[in-house]
Amino acid sequence: MAKQPMLSGWGMIGRPGRELRSEDLAAVAAGVSLTRGLGRSYGDSSLPANGGAVAASPLADRILGFDPESGRLRAEAGVALGDLNRLFWPRGWSSPVLPGTQHVTLGGMVAADVHGKNHHVDGTFGRHVRKLRVLLANGRVVECSREEESELFRATLGGMGLTGHILELEVDLQPIPSPWIWSESERIAGVDEFVAALRAAASDWPFTVGWFDALATGEKLGRGILMKGRWATAEEAPAAAPAPKRRLAVPFHFPGWTLNRLSIWLFNTLYFHKHPRRPRAGIVHPETFFHPLDAIRHWNRIYGRRGFTQHQCVLPEHENPGAARRLLEDLTGAGGASFLCVIKDCGEEGEGVLSFPQPGISIAIDLPAGGGIQPVIDTLNRRVRAEGGRIYLAKDTFTRAEDFRAMETRLAAFEEIRRRYDPQRTLHSAQSVRLLGDAV
Amino acid sequence: MNVAILGATRGMGRAVARRLAERGDALFLLGRDREELSRSAVDLEQRGAALPVGSAVCDLERPAGFVTALAQAEERLAGLDAVVVTAAQFATQEALEANAERTRRLLDVNFARTVEFCERARERLLAGGGGTLCVFSSVAGDRGRRPVVLYGASKAGLTAYLEGVDHKFHGEGLRVVCVKPGFVKTSMTAGLTPPPFAGEPDAVARRVVRAIDRGTPVVYAPAIWRWILLLIRLLPRAVMRRIGF
Ligand SMILES: Cc1cc2nc3c(=O)[nH]c(=O)nc-3n(C[C@H](O)[C@H](O)[C@H](O)COP(=O)(O)OP(=O)(O)OC[C@H]3O[C@@H](n4cnc5c(N)ncnc54)[C@H](O)[C@@H]3O)c2cc1C
Repeated sequence: MAKQPMLSGWGMIGRPGRELRSEDLAAVAAGVSLTRGLGRSYGDSSLPANGGAVAASPLADRILGFDPESGRLRAEAGVALGDLNRLFWPRGWSSPVLPGTQHVTLGGMVAADVHGKNHHVDGTFGRHVRKLRVLLANGRVVECSREEESELFRATLGGMGLTGHILELEVDLQPIPSPWIWSESERIAGVDEFVAALRAAASDWPFTVGWFDALATGEKLGRGILMKGRWATAEEAPAAAPAPKRRLAVPFHFPGWTLNRLSIWLFNTLYFHKHPRRPRAGIVHPETFFHPLDAIRHWNRIYGRRGFTQHQCVLPEHENPGAARRLLEDLTGAGGASFLCVIKDCGEEGEGVLSFPQPGISIAIDLPAGGGIQPVIDTLNRRVRAEGGRIYLAKDTFTRAEDFRAMETRLAAFEEIRRRYDPQRTLHSAQSVRLLGDAV
Repeated sequence: MNVAILGATRGMGRAVARRLAERGDALFLLGRDREELSRSAVDLEQRGAALPVGSAVCDLERPAGFVTALAQAEERLAGLDAVVVTAAQFATQEALEANAERTRRLLDVNFARTVEFCERARERLLAGGGGTLCVFSSVAGDRGRRPVVLYGASKAGLTAYLEGVDHKFHGEGLRVVCVKPGFVKTSMTAGLTPPPFAGEPDAVARRVVRAIDRGTPVVYAPAIWRWILLLIRLLPRAVMRRIGF
């Protein structure tokens, strides 16, 4: 018998399923339960529930128009952000939102309503989207926007593919003074200091993010490096456009034992001490600044075959000061070891009915899957519930339905819109079966 | 370089057209569907092709249109340096055995109509003083094999034609590039399980564009397939009858 074909997200936890790929996305999406992009969501957002086929957009990747007056781009959903960066940065335009990897599709950026280092000023990707062309569960193709079919539009931003197959979109690119970044970075002593430093940097810097060490204990808990940046002015920038970066690759799955408490501790400690005590400043390559992990292809393989997950949540820190620290203390208490955690302040909530960000502090923690993962996730989610926060579906693999429902006060509104467009819930994913109770 | 491409809206043709566009070449697209052609034209313009990228309908199953389509390409480009043909039909051996009409069409399009189109392109290029004719055949044409009996036969014929036309017209300034892709991950092969050494369209396109620039007569892509096929050609018939490759 042939081997069962498998699909997985970035976390490499496989499920039975296969992709239908075509330049004609509408043709392969008709009748299937889900469309996926480049599979960079970590968990089961882009996976079929029943081992069947899902449509995949990456071959539907044409740019359909660009207006250099307004910056408005029209494109098919499978266009990769990396392609857009390569083509438009040298022309003085950028995607208004840049997530941590450029190996994502524009459709995936809409469906997860992604955020970047500029969330505190520019919001999510959805804020800049003007129009979507969507194939509905009933086979109808509609254009939706803030003016027409506005509820479908809002539910599709951050709707994780559950409202329809996104075929095309229009989004406003941002003019940039140069394709290079002026960046400053500094050491931060602990998590409370991080929250304060992010807040202080917010008014002066369009891009901020922090990497922190969740294994350091006591006073040092959450110490790390804060990075701030802005597009360099034409005078500051090197004359040449930044050449696309060459990439190293992790050639195979590391054995499971390579990532353990000791190696993670070592890595985090080195990473922290590699940064000089005094702040550092200068021009950096935009890929290094926005998409640092892309420098190593298949870096997820360092977790070995067991795979891994990410827990990302946002906590309303201004309402509950100390929430971020309490989350890290719970993590340490539950024995979770993570390397390179990410901390970022979020601005206003977006229009997407289920979009992730809300004002507060977002914390993302990578965790190896396997044996003890469920209790760690449960512990973190208990904290998220207690603090009035929520989790990011694009990263989630292990959250329990009852925790999700308790966090997600907007779920009823989402389901109401979904009911109108897809009463049978023809569109579903492994994740929506797990968290929204969709039947297979 | 001024290039007319038949088949640029999809698959490897799309990848080759993008490579050419990104270095600023002037392109003219030929294909079956007007709407698809104009969408691809905009995409190529945004990727750097000389403006504007024109297009005309040209269907391998309608040879009456070949001359006009090529004339339009030459006129809009103000001269033709190369003609690239990537369009072809594909179906698995089982599907073809089960459907005689489909088999007839595939043999007709992949061999007779493609050769006919190449002949018109050759005439145009030679009338303009020479140029490059780059045509996608396949490794499937290198030896009769069980999984690609019919498809392979259509490509074997095409490969033989391309070699002959190279021998005959090289002296007059015609450069023929016969591309033999191995398994490449495109929508054409989407339903099949990729073997080891399966290639990505973009890497294939890079090799093809280099071959066009240099006038390399035969190019395997990915390169490893040249050695695989060398081996396959050496295998005795008794072995070929047994293996599924
Ligand atoms: C290293 C790394 C860093 C990241 N950093 C960030 C970050 O900084 N900020 C952030 O917000 N996210 C981040 N992410 C998450 C990533 O941006 C999202 O998961 C994004 O959705 C992935 O896009 P994709 O094309 O791979 O989509 P997939 O992972 O394939 O799909 C994600 C979801 O979108 C849906 N979808 C995709 N395409 C379509 C379509 N055409 N129509 C309908 N639904 C569709 C899928 O059904 C699925 O629910 C990061 C991921 C990685 C691996």
